[in-house]
Amino acid sequence: MSDNVKRRDFLGYSFAAVAAVGGAASLVAMKQTWDPLPSVLAAGFTEVDLSNAKPGTPSTVTWRGKPIFILKKTDAMEQSGRDLVIGSDRYTVAIGLCTHLGCIPAWKDEMWKCACHGGEFNSSGVNTFGPPPRPLDIPPFSVKGTVIVLGEEGPEYKQMAQA
Amino acid sequence: MRELKIFAVVVVITLITYWGIEPFAHSQMHPSVEPAEYSFGDVDGLKGMNGSASNGAELVASNCTACHSIESQGFPAVMDHETAAASYGVVPPDLGSSGLIYDENYLAAFIKDPVTASKLNHVFGDDKAHPMPGYDWMSDEEIADVVAYLQSIAPASMTNKEVFTDACQRCHSIHYGDMMGGSMAAYTPKAEITAYMGKLPPDISQHVISRGEKYLHEFINDPQKHLEGTAMPRVGLTQDSEAQVIAYMSEVGDSNKDERNSLGVKVLAYLVIFAVFAWLWKAKIWRDL
Amino acid sequence: MAQFTKANSVGEWFDQRLATNKFMKVMMTEYWIPKNVNFLWAMGVVLAVTFGILVISGIFLMMYYKPDVNLAFNSVNYTIMQEVAYGWLFRHMHGVAASVVFLVIYIHMLTGIYYGSYKKGREMIWISGMLLFVTFSAAGFSGYMLPWGQMSYWAAMVITNLFGGIPFIGDALVVWIRGDFNVADATLTRFFMLHVFLLPMVILGVIALHFYSLRVPHVNNQEGEEIDFDTEAEKYLAGNKKESKVIPFWPVFLSKDFAVLGIFFIFYFYLVFYHYSFAMDPINFEPANSMVTPPHIYPEWYFLWSYEVLRGFFFDIAGIKAFDLGLMAFGVANIIFFLLPFIDRDPEVLPAHKRPRFNIWFWILMVDLIVLTVYGKLPPTGVNAWVGFFSSITFLGLFIALPFVTKADAKARGAL
Repeated sequence: MSDNVKRRDFLGYSFAAVAAVGGAASLVAMKQTWDPLPSVLAAGFTEVDLSNAKPGTPSTVTWRGKPIFILKKTDAMEQSGRDLVIGSDRYTVAIGLCTHLGCIPAWKDEMWKCACHGGEFNSSGVNTFGPPPRPLDIPPFSVKGTVIVLGEEGPEYKQMAQA
Repeated sequence: MRELKIFAVVVVITLITYWGIEPFAHSQMHPSVEPAEYSFGDVDGLKGMNGSASNGAELVASNCTACHSIESQGFPAVMDHETAAASYGVVPPDLGSSGLIYDENYLAAFIKDPVTASKLNHVFGDDKAHPMPGYDWMSDEEIADVVAYLQSIAPASMTNKEVFTDACQRCHSIHYGDMMGGSMAAYTPKAEITAYMGKLPPDISQHVISRGEKYLHEFINDPQKHLEGTAMPRVGLTQDSEAQVIAYMSEVGDSNKDERNSLGVKVLAYLVIFAVFAWLWKAKIWRDL
Repeated sequence: MAQFTKANSVGEWFDQRLATNKFMKVMMTEYWIPKNVNFLWAMGVVLAVTFGILVISGIFLMMYYKPDVNLAFNSVNYTIMQEVAYGWLFRHMHGVAASVVFLVIYIHMLTGIYYGSYKKGREMIWISGMLLFVTFSAAGFSGYMLPWGQMSYWAAMVITNLFGGIPFIGDALVVWIRGDFNVADATLTRFFMLHVFLLPMVILGVIALHFYSLRVPHVNNQEGEEIDFDTEAEKYLAGNKKESKVIPFWPVFLSKDFAVLGIFFIFYFYLVFYHYSFAMDPINFEPANSMVTPPHIYPEWYFLWSYEVLRGFFFDIAGIKAFDLGLMAFGVANIIFFLLPFIDRDPEVLPAHKRPRFNIWFWILMVDLIVLTVYGKLPPTGVNAWVGFFSSITFLGLFIALPFVTKADAKARGAL
């Protein structure tokens, strides 16, 4: 009699375990359905030709829906370990989204000022005032001559990301 | 009685909170600017002169019609919109209505010096020439003649839409005005107008709501007041024509306004009746308790 | 099989099959509510009706709305607002109701806090109610994204960015939530799914739980008096309505609800027709532009107090970054209300005006919430930043102080 009870328990628990495994597998699959599509992940490469950049005036390009600030530094602007150095030219390449809450800062008086909560970034993209917790993020990029390809991680990017 | 007190407390707290987040906050975010003024006294206008329209006709025929059409007087456009945009940067306006919709002092000042009258000294200069040359080599009398001529050929009145198409549509599309047919696209193609202005002038289908009429009056009368450094010219509309432009924007952007206002009265009247009946029924049921 | 005889009326036919008479007694005519209540007790039904308005107006909006970043804005502001017969009315009703529902939710919540209706057996009512607050907030946030205006886009950007603050998984989590690196079409369509299907389903389920959780503990009354519902119900049924301390849900309690609704409708529809910019912000009538941040971004008013706690911490303290402090405070602020029944150490159910220290606490909380709300809208510069900081500290401090405040009241009264 007690053997029958134990077998029923064991069967019950095993069945519950099987159901749980099925449930967990379903949740994993659902999580994956929520993932960004492969076409979205793949489409993230943009080429930018730096040779036309005017020193001292940043330009903005779009990469993966985000604004990317590109600034060719004038000789007067301070040098930084974050600079992209190509020949004798120094560039700031940064994602143009304030690291506080994601608004786009505007270039004014030799710095990027964010209208949302007053954050300020200098010409190297380093946060100098206000709530932003860190400098402007650097997008992954690789260098081919005077053209940079946003989306690929080149050695220059890896070095700048450390600075 | 106690319930009335509780109700009063709830109402007062709600109103204080409402005041803080609406009228007060918005007054902090949008500091007020000088109201619109239509004398255009800051630039060199007619100086009280009255010109001769017949003299003006000759001057216009020999100086203006090379670039500007005047369809109503037999000067058709020599280029289509795309070609005109490619040549000048922007499609030049037809002058048939300019005498009515633009202020005469502004017109005189504009003809003499387009860049200063339209307040675009920060956009056009030695680096970038305005497509229209200035006519300050003409005498004040000749300028007054030109203005007199333009006023003489202008229609007596125009519809709201006509004022809009003449004053604004070269640069601004207002697609909601004709979603099916697409006739309310800007006359100047996107690539050209973006290069000319530095930025694509926005479609203004919903601007009567997103900006509001007060802002639009202040802005159209002097764009630099609200958006210092903008490439949008001050166009010199008279107060009436400006009101017509905004009325058109309202017809297009808030087309159900009249229905909303009239239906609102009926619905609220019904709801008062509903509330009266509800209270009477409640009173009857609670009387026994 | 149960015995079925010929029914003598339609009502009897249904009663034989569905026990409708018993059902009506249990749910309506013999569902007992205390008589000693004021109009604030009607807020529950006002909320149910407002939710009903949201669902019905939402159904009509769904007929024409297109959840695609290229089509959404015009489907709302051209097709629905200008072309569809009464489309503008349904849109106004939906937007204004979404805002007004939070006014009523806050009145309803604060009523519960004032009268102590969250403790001594009523904890599940309170917790299910707070779950409704959270799900309604999610519904409001996801709904606001749908017109795809400037505010829709940038509010989505800022709020989804917050998840990046979670250690280790933050950045990947943000991309996963959005379905893209940036707020994009994938984000819009999944928030459409949430807003239109999943959240309403969950809300309906939690409403059912909320209504059910009222049954055993019974609705509270203005004095916090413990009522013997069985005795009082017998008095009422015996015809002694004047002496009974209870009333039936139908028709008595609901008759007052309808009268309050009558006033509410006048207020609500006045806003729908004549004063709706607070709910349909003009900034959102500009199409979303990922490359242009509007000069002023702010959430809907009902999120402002919470938003202000988030940005109230604008400088590092003790080595913890301002951003992280803000995020933690924000997390705490949103959870703390759930814990109210357990932080309140006073064992008795009483209105605030019978708990002197709690009364002071309550009104300080009210003022603090108003200050946080108003300053959440203002640019956080200069003195505003400091007001935000101190009101955020006050908010957290109030909840830390609550156990002591309530214990002191109980001791003074001799209940502890």
